[in-house]
Amino acid sequence: MTTAKNQTVARAPAAPTTRSPLTSALLNRRLWLGVLGWTLALVIFFPIFWMIVTGFKTEAEAIADPSLIFSPTLENYAEVQSRAGYAKFALNSVVVAFGSTLLALLIAIPAAYSMAFLPTKRTKGTLLWMLSTKMLPPVGVLVPIYLLFRDTGLLDTRTGLVIVYTLMNLPIVVWMLYTFFKDMPKDILEAGRMDGAGTLQEVIYLLLPLTLPGIASTGLLAVILSWNEAFWSLNLTSSQAAPLTAYIASFSSPEGLFWAKLSAASTMAIAPILIFGWLTQKQMVRGLTFGAVK
Amino acid sequence: MATLELKQITKSFDDTHVIKGVDLEVNDREFVVFVGPSGCGKSTLMRMIAGLESATSGDILIDGARMNEVGPADRGLAMVFQSYALYPHMTVEDNMGFSMRLAGVSKDKRREKVLEAAKILQLEPLLDRKPKALSGGQRQRVAIGRAIVRNPSIFLFDEPLSNLDAALRVQMRIELARLHEELDATMIYVTHDQIEAMTMADKIVVLQSGEVEQVGSPMELYHHPRNRFVAGFIGSPKMNFIDVELVSSDAEGVTIKLPGGETRQVPIDGAAHASGGALELGVRPEHLVLDEQGPMEGRIQVLERLGGQTSLYVQMGDNLLTIMADGDVAYRVNDSVRFGFSSDRAHLFDADGLSLAKLHRHPLAGLRRQDNRAPSDTVDQ
Amino acid sequence: MSAGRVIPAGFFPATFMVTDMNKTRTSGRTIGGLRTLSLQAPAVSLLFLWMIVPLAMTVWFSLQRYNLLMPGMTGFAGLENYEYLFTDPALWSAMGTTLLMVGWVLVITVVGGTLLAVLFQQDFMGRGIARVLAISPFFVMPTVSALVWKNMMMHPANGVLSWVAESLGLPAVDWFSSLPLTSVIIIVAWQWLPFALLILLTAMQSLDEDQVEAARMDGAGPIAIFFFITLPHLKRAISVVIMIEMIFLLTIFAEIFVTTSGGPGLATTNLAYLIYIRALLDFDVGMASAGGVVAIILANIVAIFLVRMVAKNLES
Repeated sequence: MTTAKNQTVARAPAAPTTRSPLTSALLNRRLWLGVLGWTLALVIFFPIFWMIVTGFKTEAEAIADPSLIFSPTLENYAEVQSRAGYAKFALNSVVVAFGSTLLALLIAIPAAYSMAFLPTKRTKGTLLWMLSTKMLPPVGVLVPIYLLFRDTGLLDTRTGLVIVYTLMNLPIVVWMLYTFFKDMPKDILEAGRMDGAGTLQEVIYLLLPLTLPGIASTGLLAVILSWNEAFWSLNLTSSQAAPLTAYIASFSSPEGLFWAKLSAASTMAIAPILIFGWLTQKQMVRGLTFGAVK
Repeated sequence: MATLELKQITKSFDDTHVIKGVDLEVNDREFVVFVGPSGCGKSTLMRMIAGLESATSGDILIDGARMNEVGPADRGLAMVFQSYALYPHMTVEDNMGFSMRLAGVSKDKRREKVLEAAKILQLEPLLDRKPKALSGGQRQRVAIGRAIVRNPSIFLFDEPLSNLDAALRVQMRIELARLHEELDATMIYVTHDQIEAMTMADKIVVLQSGEVEQVGSPMELYHHPRNRFVAGFIGSPKMNFIDVELVSSDAEGVTIKLPGGETRQVPIDGAAHASGGALELGVRPEHLVLDEQGPMEGRIQVLERLGGQTSLYVQMGDNLLTIMADGDVAYRVNDSVRFGFSSDRAHLFDADGLSLAKLHRHPLAGLRRQDNRAPSDTVDQ
Repeated sequence: MSAGRVIPAGFFPATFMVTDMNKTRTSGRTIGGLRTLSLQAPAVSLLFLWMIVPLAMTVWFSLQRYNLLMPGMTGFAGLENYEYLFTDPALWSAMGTTLLMVGWVLVITVVGGTLLAVLFQQDFMGRGIARVLAISPFFVMPTVSALVWKNMMMHPANGVLSWVAESLGLPAVDWFSSLPLTSVIIIVAWQWLPFALLILLTAMQSLDEDQVEAARMDGAGPIAIFFFITLPHLKRAISVVIMIEMIFLLTIFAEIFVTTSGGPGLATTNLAYLIYIRALLDFDVGMASAGGVVAIILANIVAIFLVRMVAKNLES
């Protein structure tokens, strides 16, 4: 992936060496492409931009005619933070997203290891079956899960959400790890075995350090997916364990509308994930497409 | 002291039999090369010796002890991988010292042994680098260094030169031969390149589809190939094969009828084929001779002038023959040429592709690589 | 080499695993005392439970008379729930809404995503940053994007869109009352367009530059290159995007929940939202479960194709 990119980057400057009409045509083309590309990118990004801007306005400015001229205020952030609720919801999000991700990684690493390095005839079938569990629409099993959670006291608990998110993300995590492990040269592990490494040492000294970037981006994808999940969180939690997705949804009542505060809260809710997403966009494609697109 | 013995080794993956019963003896300090086309099972055979792959049946003996159930690290072997398989996140020093670190050797002792190996391979200035910052040849040397540090009784090399460019390959070939003398260790080397096999081996094992075709010294294989496959595989350019008919055979050899009708006698034992019939004549390009009076004739299709030599590709009937001729031959494409062959160097193969025995053994056929050295053994500069 | 059953994603994919696991248990390889099976056991067994238990319960409930508001009325209902479901006009309206949503969002995201991917593959100033901005909406949680669009973009009085319309002298649109379905489609498409872009852009980078240059030598202009080189190269990635989006789009929920609550009337009630209404608002477990079974069957029809495609990829 990176090499392909490097190639194009390396190749580009080679073309316009002579100052000919062709060069200026090329520059012209680049200029127009740039204008078009940036315009579209800004249009797509605009709602996010507007949300961030609105978060720095007063409520009065927020509902006035759209304008970029205002004196920015941190009032909304202060107020959202000071509301006891926000911290609780944010903490719920952090605990649930990171807890489920850690748990998923713990369960998935041994499975992906054995699939990548000790494959049997069954491995392919198992992988595809895992993928197929992901195809089960959550709404199809909403009723039984809701009733099971009600009867076991997991409704509106972080534990309950952690369980659901772990299982929801497990297939993707196994798949992503599997493709990263698969990419690791087998020779290196064999060299390690020749050097006297047992399974555990092989994993600790060779596999984990070498696939750390892959494991990290897998983890980040799982965090992103859990953080943004809005079906189970809306249906399985209410006041105690609700994460930010559910908290933000509570702003939807048409009466108590506070756009500036909503914007500030939303900005805080999406900022970390937006950054995670930017950082891992490339590796994420593997997980999102089950390795079908690299 | 390290000898290796394989007894009736087989390997099957599901229903495919990759190795079909291999017997082999490797003597102490011998340089043995496994050679064969890709897919012949040579790498699998080596991986079974290394313990990375388990044998389906048969025994692997090292110094007489059965090793089938012993783990790869405990067989007293070290392996150099085709891809070098260096640990990318460790420095050269840590790469070489990794086995000792796992074995719990103290840091000072580790450093001492790594330095020792680094000296042999001139790696000292590179010890703090990561593999990424090394050239192909340097990586190769680190991989060898990692093997040396383990002080193995047998070195295994899995196509170690195939990722290097041609010039570096020649240089590493020489370096490996030097290393073999210096370390006085048993070495097993896998390659698909018959030139590497010819230049480095004491003993070559030619494999095809999981079976040993022939075992012998390089000159033995060149002069006395057991069958058509070995004859075609060893030697470059490839041996020419020409359909001939057996006319008669006696104590002096076999008389054959060449395409075009002329007959020639070759010093080969034809007793088993006294009844006559179709045979195949094998002559290496370097043993086909341009000759106005020669018994065969063909038309030159392509002419490759290499300076010192010229390769002629000559169409004779359905066969395209290769003739290595002098660099200055005056022929041109489409010329018709007559040629013959030196009958001492000719090979005959029967319908099953097996060689007919030669009447005389080639004087160099028993030559071992060490025999190339002067007897005094002081030629090292 | 027969890899057992190649496509384990039938309507009830899990059942295939059971037979498969028992048959080949003996072949687990041993390395360092750890059996392959024991390494995979936690992941496999947990997923198996996660899949089979709720699935079985859904199917079971769908055959029961079971309403939480009427505790007395229980018992086997046979296909009664399905009968009600299929004669309920709400189901057909919800199916239609689901199809419209999936269809339009797919068209917008795939066409738009392909064109954007081609554009963002070109070399221009600040391309990297422009790319990052364009894929950002995918990382925004659905409730936030729905609310931002509802309140700040599409609000009839104070939204940016109505301000733009006003500035251009056009009448302001009350998006959620006059064009409810269109509004939801716009929001969802805005979220998924970046997904298509991200995947297609990645796929684009594996396009062999030499191939493009060879085509150019053969006299192909930009449009010919797009149709004869780029598009065929992206075919596979596009079909992956379509299938993955379909699976997710079939059950859009949060965006509807936050913006229209399925209304006005049933205008934006899709299958997922209908099941939610039946289950958690009407407490009719049997009916909701029957809807769930329908949703599962729909998703599996798509899933079979996707799994088959991924399986093909695993082989190479």
